[in-house]
Amino acid sequence: MSDDTATATEIVPGWETVIGLEVHAELATATKLFCAAPNQFGGEPNTNIDPVSLGLPGSLPVLNEQAVELAIRVGLSLHCRVQRSVFARKNYFYPDMPKDFQISQFDLPINEEGWLELADGRRVGIERAHLEEDTGKSTHVGGGGRIHEAGHSLVDYNRAGVPLIEIVGAPDLRSAEDARAYVSELRSILVAIGASDGKMEEGSMRVDCNVSVRPVGDPELGTRCEVKNINSLRSLGRAIVYEARRQVDLLTSGERIEQQTRHWNEDEGRTHKLRSKEEAFDYRYFPEPDLVPVDPSAEWIESVRAALPMLPRVRRHRLAEAAGVDTATAALTVERGMDDLAVEAMAAGADPGRVLVHVENNLADGSGSLTADSFAALVAMEVGGDLTATQAKTVLAALVADGGDPAEVAAGMGFEAMDDGALEAIVDGLIAQFPEDWAAFTSGDEKERKKKSGFFVGQIMKATSGQADGRVVNQLLARRANG
Amino acid sequence: MSDPVDNPSATTALDLAADIRSGARSARSVLEEHLATIEAREDEVHAFNLVLADEARAAADAVDARVAGGQDPGPLAGVPVALKDNMCTRGVPTTCSSRILEGWRPPYDATVVERLAAAGAVVVGKTNLDEFAMGSSTENSAFGVTRNPLDLTKVPGGSSGGSAAAVAAGFTPVALGSDTGGSIRQPAALCGVVGVKPTYGAVSRYGLVAFASSLDQIGPFSRTVADSALMLEVIGGHDRRDSTSIPEPAPDLRSVLDRGVEGLRIGIIEELSGDGLEGIAVDVRARLHEAAAALEAAGATVATTSVPSTVYGLSAYYVVAPAEASSNLARYDGVRFGLRVDAPTSGDMHTATRTAGFGDEVKRRIMLGTYALSAGYYDAYYGKSQKVRTLIVEDFARAYQDFDLLLSPTAPTTAFPIGAKTADPMTMYLNDVCTIPSNLAGHPSMSVPFGVGDDGMPVGVQVLAPATGEPTMFRAAAVLEAAAPPGHPAVGGTATGSAGGAGA
Amino acid sequence: MTERISRSRISRSEVAHVANLARLSLTDDELEAFTGQLADVLDHAADLEALDLDDVEPMIHPLPLRNVLRPDVVGETSDRSEVLASAPSVEDEQFRVPPVLGEAP
Repeated sequence: MSDDTATATEIVPGWETVIGLEVHAELATATKLFCAAPNQFGGEPNTNIDPVSLGLPGSLPVLNEQAVELAIRVGLSLHCRVQRSVFARKNYFYPDMPKDFQISQFDLPINEEGWLELADGRRVGIERAHLEEDTGKSTHVGGGGRIHEAGHSLVDYNRAGVPLIEIVGAPDLRSAEDARAYVSELRSILVAIGASDGKMEEGSMRVDCNVSVRPVGDPELGTRCEVKNINSLRSLGRAIVYEARRQVDLLTSGERIEQQTRHWNEDEGRTHKLRSKEEAFDYRYFPEPDLVPVDPSAEWIESVRAALPMLPRVRRHRLAEAAGVDTATAALTVERGMDDLAVEAMAAGADPGRVLVHVENNLADGSGSLTADSFAALVAMEVGGDLTATQAKTVLAALVADGGDPAEVAAGMGFEAMDDGALEAIVDGLIAQFPEDWAAFTSGDEKERKKKSGFFVGQIMKATSGQADGRVVNQLLARRANG
Repeated sequence: MSDPVDNPSATTALDLAADIRSGARSARSVLEEHLATIEAREDEVHAFNLVLADEARAAADAVDARVAGGQDPGPLAGVPVALKDNMCTRGVPTTCSSRILEGWRPPYDATVVERLAAAGAVVVGKTNLDEFAMGSSTENSAFGVTRNPLDLTKVPGGSSGGSAAAVAAGFTPVALGSDTGGSIRQPAALCGVVGVKPTYGAVSRYGLVAFASSLDQIGPFSRTVADSALMLEVIGGHDRRDSTSIPEPAPDLRSVLDRGVEGLRIGIIEELSGDGLEGIAVDVRARLHEAAAALEAAGATVATTSVPSTVYGLSAYYVVAPAEASSNLARYDGVRFGLRVDAPTSGDMHTATRTAGFGDEVKRRIMLGTYALSAGYYDAYYGKSQKVRTLIVEDFARAYQDFDLLLSPTAPTTAFPIGAKTADPMTMYLNDVCTIPSNLAGHPSMSVPFGVGDDGMPVGVQVLAPATGEPTMFRAAAVLEAAAPPGHPAVGGTATGSAGGAGA
Repeated sequence: MTERISRSRISRSEVAHVANLARLSLTDDELEAFTGQLADVLDHAADLEALDLDDVEPMIHPLPLRNVLRPDVVGETSDRSEVLASAPSVEDEQFRVPPVLGEAP
């Protein structure tokens, strides 16, 4: 099944898929949201605990200032209104949840109404981004490890009370690719502002996905299903495609969509029903009486805003402008964190196209000791014909590994610009050596010419140990053929 | 006070601390005298769930060692104290008089427990209560009823009935209770002792097992107004572990006690004092008006005033308190502490545990609160009740433009017979009608003994003040204490409590 | 005894639903008794129905406090063995529970 590679906006022709995501990210604080126990991943079970994180009788929550600060950073980065907020209790029984209620924010979240811009410039609405506490973790033991089989569970409360920001996106996404782009962008922002490490595989970032379908052109939204247990970007794409197809299948066979919460099974590549809306929990939200409202002052908010780093969106626009490309083209360089390097190299005169090509093709593993100036000098040598593309790549690798001056590094590697006379002599020698191939090259048959062009370039590169400049070689071959 | 040699337990915390600090008496000897009193009468009164004799002896000896070593033993040096058994004590069972906390030993001390210890107090035991503080008679305890030491056929009131009884019986000079809708003031009135519900946030709730978080406050019981002032000075003041704690130090209360009420304007709340309310007994009404007259005689101006929305207090309270309780009591699920009744799945185990572990009154309130918060009913019940609280606060604010303090009975009647009100929960709830408004508003109020009713049992008068108005409230309380007609002769253990006494 | 109107304020099935939400199991007799008692309390609370409270703000906190915050500094943690000693069932330093059916919301 190749669902995960589906990128078309219409997963099923004639149908539009409408997607809204709820992303939970653990905030990178030293302590938990409402107590001074450490916020730490892993560790011996039940060591990062205290009366509050265990929900012991008599314990009371006290809000972590840094968690609020990080939440404000998230809100500002998503262009939300940061406002007075009130914590609420969300009541439900579950062994992971020490108090059998979760302290969250309900009708008065700290951040509301913002937007996030995807790499291609499209904006996705953000409905809210609120603070809440995480649950503990239970592990099923015996009975084959599946929760519906016998056996028992063991509960570790190290994670209980870890601060989460829940970011609720508007149903503005229309494809699996959109959804993945949205999550990637959100993760980049969270990491850039130091709010979260954004690691989906460690569970510090989790995605729930609301999916509905409607005939293309229909203004009415279809009935949505919420898909849970998505643990990677790949799962996200697969789950959306599966769910969209399932819903279209139901509708085209004359059935109705029931509003449900569904579970994504990665192994089986399908979702299955957890519960219907009628079976939904009655959470009995009410304001948390043990906490007082959070009402960040304008001064606090502005000081957080002033300290924000440059965000991915701004970086993309800056690089796009410097390079004369669109933001989507600039995205990979920003994603790799090399836009500062690229922008500086361009400012030092480097050809933007060559800079972006190197970042995309030759710097996948990082820029190491490469400086903007040496990058610019290298690109200048390459563009000026002093280095071939292949040589430039080799020198670049050395600069990444050890730094240094590109001219000296190139000289040290014996990369001298090939003398045109010497190159001509080699070409003439090859023409003499392979007359039949040369005849084919010059026959006027375009197919033959292309085939033999590859042959001769290969031979020249072999003869020059790759030092010949590919463009110069092609020009020379063309000249000889016409002459 | 009676002769401390004849009645060692009948003295005050202030006197005891002074004697112990000066070395006139040892903390250990004071403790032993109180333990002996407990030994003599605890079987019939059942004030305690647990007497901590060994721990208390160790604490008393430590106080004596500090005195001997010239160190400051604290303002409550060697004073025996009883704690309501819903305050966490590290390593010592804390039961809330519920089966569901069977076997639980908290790994931490409540803030008030730490502060008492730092002040040199000696905790002698954990007192009985209505399960999770839900009740007005201390009959809803998994460990049996507490009897009124002044008449063993009567209830001591509740929910802090064990603490009230302990002080009335002379088991300790002072005790701590918690008050959500009257649970300190009403038993204080029924047992003839002083009981104070401080301003919400004046005393840390950290380590108090929650009933209704926006209403709960810890406060003292004592036989004298001055002892309650001392206790509040020790346990009050800001605590950073309670987000709802007032960020100020505890006010100085003892220094204002002799200032009198000259010039104070005191209003009798019409709606809570009889004419506007059914069920306030004639003798209770009579004591209230005598108390008002005493304040007037001391130089206050007294008038009747209206706080109209207090009549909705009971309705709002019996929505808000159960709603918060339904959530606060969810954690008793058999997973981390306390009772577990095994079942094939976690969900079934939660249900089996809670069904076996909670008594009927707790179940009733959990269900009531769950209903009041559930989809479709929130606005009609919980939402509306929280708005009524706003009305009550606004009405009080209007009243306090014209008056410095307000006055009402504490409880509608004197102590009633054990079993008299257990059949009908609503009848029991009506006991709290006078005390509830202060909890809903977050204001302080206190009950001061003022004579006895026709049955010879104590009557309490309630003094109400605006938020943080404790100093003025204590001034009036001191005047009432000085002017009070004779109380029940047995308060403080000065007479032999008798089963089937007056009014039986 | 006269027929009480309050019986209609909450039905047996509503009480059964609420008991289920609160993880309590009731016998038929208990269900009957609790239904009547809850109805009595709700009946008493009916006096609130007549109040026009549209323009009144609900009171969430008795105190006008806001922004009560704590610095993000690691503090004391509980001793695991002390905590587990009070737990009903323990295995591998964790709280042992019967199998959990269904997923958390």
